[in-house]
Amino acid sequence: MESSARAFKENARAAVADPQLKRALSHVKEGFIGKRAKAAAKLPEFEVLRDAARDIKNHTLDHLDLYLEHYERKVTETGGQVHWCPTAEDARRAVLEICRAVGARTVTKGKSMIAEEIALNDHLEANGITPVETDLGEYIIQLRGETPSHIIAPAVHLTKDLVEADFRAHHTAFPPERPLSEPRQLVNEAREVLRGKYLAADVGITGANFLVAETGTSVIVTNEGNGDLTQVLPRVHIVVASLEKVVPTLEDVSTILRVLARSATGQECSTYTTFSTGPRRAEDPDGPDQYHVVLLDNGRSSMLGGEFQDMLRCIRCGACMNHCPVYHAIGGHAYGWVYPGPMGAVLTPNLIGIEEAGHLPSASTFCGRCESVCPMRIPLPKMMRHWREREFERHLSPAGARAGLALWAFFAKRPSLYHFVTGMAAPLLAALGRGRFRRLPLAGGWTAHRDMPAPEGRTFRQLWAGRRQGESR
Amino acid sequence: MSEAREQVLGALRRSLRRGDTAGTSATASRLAEHRRNLIPARADLPRAEQVALFETWAVRQAASVVRVSDAAAVPGALAAFLKAENLPAEVRMAPDPELEALPWRDQPMLTVTKGPARDSDAVSLTGALAGIAETGTLLLHSGPAGPTSLNFLPETHVVVLSANRIVASYEDGWDILRARFGEGTLPRTVNYITGPSRTADIEQTIQLGAHGPRRLHIILVGANADAERD
Repeated sequence: MESSARAFKENARAAVADPQLKRALSHVKEGFIGKRAKAAAKLPEFEVLRDAARDIKNHTLDHLDLYLEHYERKVTETGGQVHWCPTAEDARRAVLEICRAVGARTVTKGKSMIAEEIALNDHLEANGITPVETDLGEYIIQLRGETPSHIIAPAVHLTKDLVEADFRAHHTAFPPERPLSEPRQLVNEAREVLRGKYLAADVGITGANFLVAETGTSVIVTNEGNGDLTQVLPRVHIVVASLEKVVPTLEDVSTILRVLARSATGQECSTYTTFSTGPRRAEDPDGPDQYHVVLLDNGRSSMLGGEFQDMLRCIRCGACMNHCPVYHAIGGHAYGWVYPGPMGAVLTPNLIGIEEAGHLPSASTFCGRCESVCPMRIPLPKMMRHWREREFERHLSPAGARAGLALWAFFAKRPSLYHFVTGMAAPLLAALGRGRFRRLPLAGGWTAHRDMPAPEGRTFRQLWAGRRQGESR
Repeated sequence: MSEAREQVLGALRRSLRRGDTAGTSATASRLAEHRRNLIPARADLPRAEQVALFETWAVRQAASVVRVSDAAAVPGALAAFLKAENLPAEVRMAPDPELEALPWRDQPMLTVTKGPARDSDAVSLTGALAGIAETGTLLLHSGPAGPTSLNFLPETHVVVLSANRIVASYEDGWDILRARFGEGTLPRTVNYITGPSRTADIEQTIQLGAHGPRRLHIILVGANADAERD
């Protein structure tokens, strides 16, 4: 997918000024947070399960090559095929080759963020194959020519009247005067339209929430059942998955599943958890004849063994963005690439470079809510700080900020000078500011949205010394 | 393609700073032992209470449950359900010997055909390998007796589940599958199903019947029948 992460500031400014977006995003704050809290409270073992889930992934990542080799062996044994893809380009090519080999004209798709990452739909269309998104949210944004704004609720930025307008514009076979203002009516109409697509598709593409090394299985977790119709009806099932999705055993998946749905939608469990292993067996009455796994690296192998390895534990539940005040204010599109919110702020620079995505790790209040709700206990704020440090080291941060930090560092390294200057400045600023500054020279951007509190007349060290004196008296 | 494979595995090993065999014994034993992790205590109950817990959770997730005393009562319970829901008396049934053995001739008004689901089928009937008490979840798998399309294509999915197949956890489900299919092997498709299809993609409002079944009805066999319960 093409990135507009460089334009984050402009994107965010436009998003904040969009009243329709604000209305749509209010559902994130109202819905997800309370539901997750309730689901977590209902399971006494929830916090311990988060530890267990973290430990499973840590062990897996430390042995990732070995588990992937075992996983591939099991896929092959059951008649499937694994396609190793170092880059997004390799993955696009692998999918296209499989589609071409069976003469595919239409492809149905379950929701997959990896397919977004490799911009699969554009590639298929450019090569004469029609991809049809079947997850309701993905279907809506495909009609609109948009990208997902949330990793589990792709159309969360839309209100129902916008969806109604899109359906009226695209579903021209339905009577124009039909009632279509209720979510129920919209869901039913999409159901009717997509039914025909499932039955006509030559290839079904799904993502994977997990890959199981023990059995060579791919796992999808859905509520709609679209991912299941997508893989059971066509002749070919292609799974697109990134390589960190692997876990050792069925027991390990079961543990992580217990924290996934609760963290994501606040459900006890999702409606459908589906384990797919190879193509249909000789005696099976239905199912696909071919089973392919397109296994994507795309920069993840270089995250292993470094300060961003913990990010590879992510199970894409979306809890971090559901709880993020920045996401609440600007939504997902402003982040400019596939993955929004705190997880995107850490992951995106890893995948497309800090030069492109440098604004994202700074788009944080460092309130820490993301880490506090992450089911895999990923230290997201800490990793955003790692990116800020790298930006500074590589001279990517703005000149003003660098100069300010250099000035501060000059004084910080000379304590007596620091003490002298701050001792002079504090009473002066207190007199000038009278409580607060509405505008600061050289920091107009910062004070445009908030006031800078003025010092109260003495420095911390002076106050501290005074207190010590008082005590010793 | 094998070049790409070596490229990816090589990159992983460089990042992990080790050779290609180090650590093999740790992963091999973990895979062979497939040890259980912590399992919530919720379903750690005597048998009868597990059945009740299964029913409670299934209903909470919007499935409907009816209890019958024995398998012979299933065709009657199915006919009654279809009538009550105003559904046609036509059922697409899984070619499952246990379902085939039921006394269908007791319901002459009911048309029963067998095989994978077709677009026109409104109601499907399948068995289930197990019920998971922890979340009211059904465990189904593909095979000659279980076409997967029956679980998703028709608008109404009716499942016959013996109460003695209700177990505590997903982990119990894996043990049942391993006993039947062997270690490290699964059927093409294993479905854990909890309630009917749903979506919240439009303004976070939950709607049932997104793409899969609008209704999931469970006929629970051999627990106390509804009529016998107090």
